[in-house]
Amino acid sequence: MIKPDRIVTTTCPYCGVGCNLQLHVKDEHIFKVTSPFDSPVNHGNLCVKGRFGYDYVYHPKRMTTPLVRRYLLEGKERPENREQRFEVVPANGQSVSNHLVSNLLDWVETDWDTALNFVADNLTRIYKRDGSDAMAVYACAKATNEDNYLLQKMYRAIFRTNNVDHCTRLCHAGSVVALQQATGSSAMSNTASQVIQNDVFIVTGSNTSENHPIIALQMKEAVRQHGAKMIVIDPRRIELVDFAEMWLPLKPGTNVPVFSAMAHVIVKEDLVNHEFISNRTEGFNEFIESLDKFTPEYAEEISGVPADDIRKAARMYATADKAAIYWGMGISQLSHGTASALALINLAFLTGHIGREGTGLNPLRGQNNVQGASDMGCMPFHYPGYMRVDNDENAAKWEKAWHIEAGGLSRKLGLTTTEILSHAHEGGIRALYIMGENPMMSEPNLNETRKHMQQLEFLVAQDIFMNESGAFADVFLPATPFAEKDGTFSNTDRRVQRVRAAHAPRGQARVDWQIICDLATRLESRLRVNTAKWDYSNPEEILREMGNVNSDYTGITYDRIDKVGLIYPVPTLDHPGTPTLFTESFPRGRGKFHPLDFVPVMEEPSDEYPFILTTGRVLEHWHGGSMTRNSVLNDAYPEARVDMNPADAEIHGIRNNDPVCVTSRRGEVILRVTVTEKTSVGVVFIPFHFAEAAANLLTNDALDPQAKIPEFKACAVQVFPARESDLPNPDAVLNRGRY
Amino acid sequence: MTITFLLDGKEVTSEDNQTLLDVARENGIDIPTICFHEATTANALCRICVVEVEGQRVLQPSCIVKAANSMKVQTHSEKVVRARKTILEMLSSTMDLSEAPEIQAMMKEYGADVNRFPDAERRESAVIDDNPMYIRDYSKCLLCWRCVQVCAEDAQYTFAINFDGRGFNTQIGTFFDRSIPETSCVLCGQCAAVCPTGALKPKREYLLEQGMTPQEISVLNTGRKKRK
Repeated sequence: MIKPDRIVTTTCPYCGVGCNLQLHVKDEHIFKVTSPFDSPVNHGNLCVKGRFGYDYVYHPKRMTTPLVRRYLLEGKERPENREQRFEVVPANGQSVSNHLVSNLLDWVETDWDTALNFVADNLTRIYKRDGSDAMAVYACAKATNEDNYLLQKMYRAIFRTNNVDHCTRLCHAGSVVALQQATGSSAMSNTASQVIQNDVFIVTGSNTSENHPIIALQMKEAVRQHGAKMIVIDPRRIELVDFAEMWLPLKPGTNVPVFSAMAHVIVKEDLVNHEFISNRTEGFNEFIESLDKFTPEYAEEISGVPADDIRKAARMYATADKAAIYWGMGISQLSHGTASALALINLAFLTGHIGREGTGLNPLRGQNNVQGASDMGCMPFHYPGYMRVDNDENAAKWEKAWHIEAGGLSRKLGLTTTEILSHAHEGGIRALYIMGENPMMSEPNLNETRKHMQQLEFLVAQDIFMNESGAFADVFLPATPFAEKDGTFSNTDRRVQRVRAAHAPRGQARVDWQIICDLATRLESRLRVNTAKWDYSNPEEILREMGNVNSDYTGITYDRIDKVGLIYPVPTLDHPGTPTLFTESFPRGRGKFHPLDFVPVMEEPSDEYPFILTTGRVLEHWHGGSMTRNSVLNDAYPEARVDMNPADAEIHGIRNNDPVCVTSRRGEVILRVTVTEKTSVGVVFIPFHFAEAAANLLTNDALDPQAKIPEFKACAVQVFPARESDLPNPDAVLNRGRY
Repeated sequence: MTITFLLDGKEVTSEDNQTLLDVARENGIDIPTICFHEATTANALCRICVVEVEGQRVLQPSCIVKAANSMKVQTHSEKVVRARKTILEMLSSTMDLSEAPEIQAMMKEYGADVNRFPDAERRESAVIDDNPMYIRDYSKCLLCWRCVQVCAEDAQYTFAINFDGRGFNTQIGTFFDRSIPETSCVLCGQCAAVCPTGALKPKREYLLEQGMTPQEISVLNTGRKKRK
């Protein structure tokens, strides 16, 4: 038995559930993770990632030394094509950096001073030459609130630009925009622990068992132990269907007609909540007029869901005492993602299933701190606390907080994640700073993204691994994972929880907020300005500075969340937190109904590309794979697979495990097939974690006009047999019995 | 409903849906438990928590027996202590308790004699290392059932493991004796988290105990096995 030197309580670095972890540390290594059985979020339960997926912290490929390109050191011109992915070849028991050297080619290991001076010199040079519009930054939904707050502060206060965004754009931007328009807020209205209070709940566009496993446990508990009825509305026959009262298998991208048809039924059969509508909402009359065309039969024709099932689901949801909706990327990652989310919001307004415990509109946020990074203002339209940047009053508050002259902050809306890269050209974005993101995996249409990355004049990567995007960088700054820093994460149900370091950073790696402060100081001295505060002695000071202006966080101190997190809004130091939103009113006053139209996905199947490809995640992996593919998790799920329905497989003469080539108008990947009824006829599914068969080479970069979220969930592809020798990784074998 | 009864000669009040174990703990009386766990449904399998209830022919497992009005309960009577001691002696003579410090402490407290049953056949089996996340060492398993419960309706709803075999040969196993990755197991490790004896253990912890360094563990690449 190993006796731990210490046990450190912290928050899981994976999904938005925010499970409480205890890291058992021996000789400066975590050797085991447990969770307290009285933890409020997860009651001691963890999924495979949370319990076993921490070992990436010690992976030999972990970067712990600053790197710069040789051309910078030699004062030469920047080479045309900078991409250089390199494999670190570790040997047992030896330090990584010895082995890096022989693999580096045009990278050189250096010290922090040299690396940060190159970053400061080049960012200053480009800013002085091209101004604010040439600068952009990607923040990180995996980093802490404190890291993210400082990163957007650095770009807003020093470079006076709002070109700040992060992966929220690629996941729930549609939901955020829709909730902002209809309610004035943009988070889960209720907590995940209220699932067991639901009488009826809808799960749509979310494979909760794999993506928010602990919330899925609560959903199963609600059904099996508390008599709740679950309705799954999803193109895939996900695991939750086993526990559901109904499964409505709609065609990808047909959310608006299905949910509007449910609204149609609810209005037609007068199952609406008249009192709620007249007291709490506006725009009802225009909305019901727009419902005329959305008959269940019309929706059936478009979506493939039988009209009677739509009726039955509508009645079940409307007549329940307490009903809630939980949704994921299947709603938002569409070129009409905002409209899809609005269709759900309309349903809640019609029935009054909002503003009470056990009801609500609940977008399940993907990353551990995507809620927090959004709250911290890492978005191009908002300061921390969702304060619009084009509002003088808001800007004035932050000018005061950051000691900036009146009118000094930019009032211009910044560019979104996807726009930042598409504007990477002469006269557009010239310098990009990436903290922890991996656009070369997470953006749609990667072949196009690659061209944009190459057109950047200067790229900084602050990360823990040299990932597909870091390969394009000029300077690499080795940062720290969750286990090596202190701070806070805000989980999907707005609970702000502590993150604590288990041990010191490995090698020369530095804590992210300290890297930012060091760089910001160097930038200010080069630009001869000396305004905002950068000399923090601990992360709590950073959160305090933000909370003084952002009233959601004003009452949150490290002391108060030492044991149990607080659910914001927490406006004062004695406020207990707000598990249920909208009990009295909506932040915008009345909830606004939105009349909707059906807009098909941008790329419908054709003879040439007869399948719809939908993408997503698997239980064992995490997004771009920087963490999980450098972990024991990769042993549990070592290869990319494409799911295909048995009926389609038979027609195309494809058997389980066959190698196939999947092509779209934008790219191709080669991988093995899993023949499974988990996906419906005509729809194939590829998880996007695997660089060697990157699903995003295929996906469509069409954007939602309001939220600018790309259409990851539907594009047209063809599938044809490939040879075993074409597989990128033929030796990897997935041999799992789990559904 | 509030009720009153005698616990170790002292009058106590409780709700009528509370177990005797629950009430005893509220009143500061220590009843030992092994299979009982706050996160699983109590099943009264190990019987270490038995108490003597006046009028009952046999000892009663306090983890499931509810308190009732006018009950007279002894938590440490001679009969109770003898039963607990015997249970501990039987356990220690058939299985490996080397990684169950709580049970070792109980043995000391109850003066259990490890040599009481010198002819007992030990339940021994090889360590099963069939998945990347945890190992199974059923020589250390006392069949408390917690792992099966959390895999089923007490937490995970995955139903990957259950009792296998009968009588002395009972062991926790998978359906059709499949390897863990081939079952419905989602590798959540809830089973290892509730194991009281180290029979289920995270693989990293196990490998470190075997003398491997963290660096050596990190470069194991078990996923790249050749296809069968």
